[in-house]
Amino acid sequence: MPSGKVVIVGAGHGGFQLAASLRQGGYDGEVVLIGDEPGLPYQRPPLSKDYLMGKHGLDLLLMRPEGFYADQHIEYMGGARVTEIDRAAKQVKLAVGATLGYDHLILATGARNRVPPLPGIDLDGVCYLRDLNETDHLRQRLAVAERVVIIGAGFIGLEFAACARAAGRPVHVVELVDRVMARVICPATSLHFLAAHVKSGVEFTFGAAAERITGDDGKVTGVTLKDGTTLPADLVVVSIGVVPNMELAAAAGLATGNGILVDDHLQTTDPAISAIGDCVSFPSAHSRINPVRLEAVQNAADHARCVADRLNGKPRPYVALPWFWSEQGDQRLQIVGLTGGYDRVVVRGNLQGGEFSAFLYAGDTLLGIESINKPADHAFARRIMAAGRTVTPEQAADESFDLRAAASARG
Amino acid sequence: MPRVTYTSHDGKQTVLDVPVGTSVMQAAVLNGIDGIVAECGGSCMCATCHVFVQEDQLPKTPEMELGEDAMLDGTAVPRQPNSRLSCQLVMTPAMEGLVVTMPETQT
Repeated sequence: MPSGKVVIVGAGHGGFQLAASLRQGGYDGEVVLIGDEPGLPYQRPPLSKDYLMGKHGLDLLLMRPEGFYADQHIEYMGGARVTEIDRAAKQVKLAVGATLGYDHLILATGARNRVPPLPGIDLDGVCYLRDLNETDHLRQRLAVAERVVIIGAGFIGLEFAACARAAGRPVHVVELVDRVMARVICPATSLHFLAAHVKSGVEFTFGAAAERITGDDGKVTGVTLKDGTTLPADLVVVSIGVVPNMELAAAAGLATGNGILVDDHLQTTDPAISAIGDCVSFPSAHSRINPVRLEAVQNAADHARCVADRLNGKPRPYVALPWFWSEQGDQRLQIVGLTGGYDRVVVRGNLQGGEFSAFLYAGDTLLGIESINKPADHAFARRIMAAGRTVTPEQAADESFDLRAAASARG
Repeated sequence: MPRVTYTSHDGKQTVLDVPVGTSVMQAAVLNGIDGIVAECGGSCMCATCHVFVQEDQLPKTPEMELGEDAMLDGTAVPRQPNSRLSCQLVMTPAMEGLVVTMPETQT
């Protein structure tokens, strides 16, 4: 049985999955999982959906109950922060002053909110939605808020917009570019989601940058845009993306770019250190643009499984097909593949009725498929792309083309 | 409290008391049962909580909605007539004694 001491820094989806998968694969050595948040490791996706809406309690958020860690001989250290990696001594230093030796170190440090350098950003009532603490705080704020302004129309901003509208609050979204979720989806899909949010009563201002957040007596009163408009608000949610937590790696002399740089086995420039999840920039066979850094549960968990297999003596390159999802009110978005660099979009299905898929191509090469309220397409698309097959633009455009049969074909 | 028997791919059985209103997936994850991944946390988005329900018990389970039916076409192990996504199997008193079997892999 493989042995040695594994230390995992970060107890999000990636870190947790790595600890669990090491044991599942028979790892016999010590496993230490270090998280900087108090409490047990939990799932993040429900935070901006069911948990925020009060449909879920904390018990359903937990990755596993407390007993799991003892049963699996995983030493979980919550509320602990690693401040330094000493690569020569193969040790990490903790904020409390202790040091911890390792045979293999895994950085699963995730990402943190991007905080814009705006006057007023520290006012009471300016909130974020990334971790449990922020969500608990936001949930209380939303319960008493009168007007909500959201800065940034990405997944998180729009998922929150839907929750805030469901709670009956007026919501105004400010977005720097000219459409929603522009970084990840095609214009047809953006338009659909915009229409859905507008229909539910969300207001939008596009092509607009916030200039400052206004306040009175330390409390937020609104957001002033560059054109001078002030949108009144007693709750402002900043959702303009994240930055990877790579300072620990960089300070230790590991190569970094837009994330900690790793090879196709997710190993850093130090063979005793691997890195996984949102903090990692890695070469993907599914991407036209490399390396890529992804912010996704699937990516973090599959990265973890790949490294666990390597540490269990079964090394393999990381080739998992990326997929993503978002739920915004009653609208479902499911994406497979990485579509950066697309130059052609074929829409299949009922665009007007809001049940369709957008097939994104570079030339004739299928890069990915966005499915809107069309889970069957997503399921078939995943099987087709995972098998290394394709759907031509002509086939995608042909409603009589049988996607199910294409997904079921062998070889 | 209704009981559910989880049978792993290699035949190991675990019996859990599952509260009414809790899903078969949630109970499995909360009790550390291997073989159910539930990557999306129960949103019917990922098809990694696939189980096979004992055939004669299918009528006792909640009716399958379109989203689940669709996602079952994307499971790692191909679906069978008795396939369900366990996140959609929310316990009712009628489901007492439910037996589910996990597929060889979910991812």
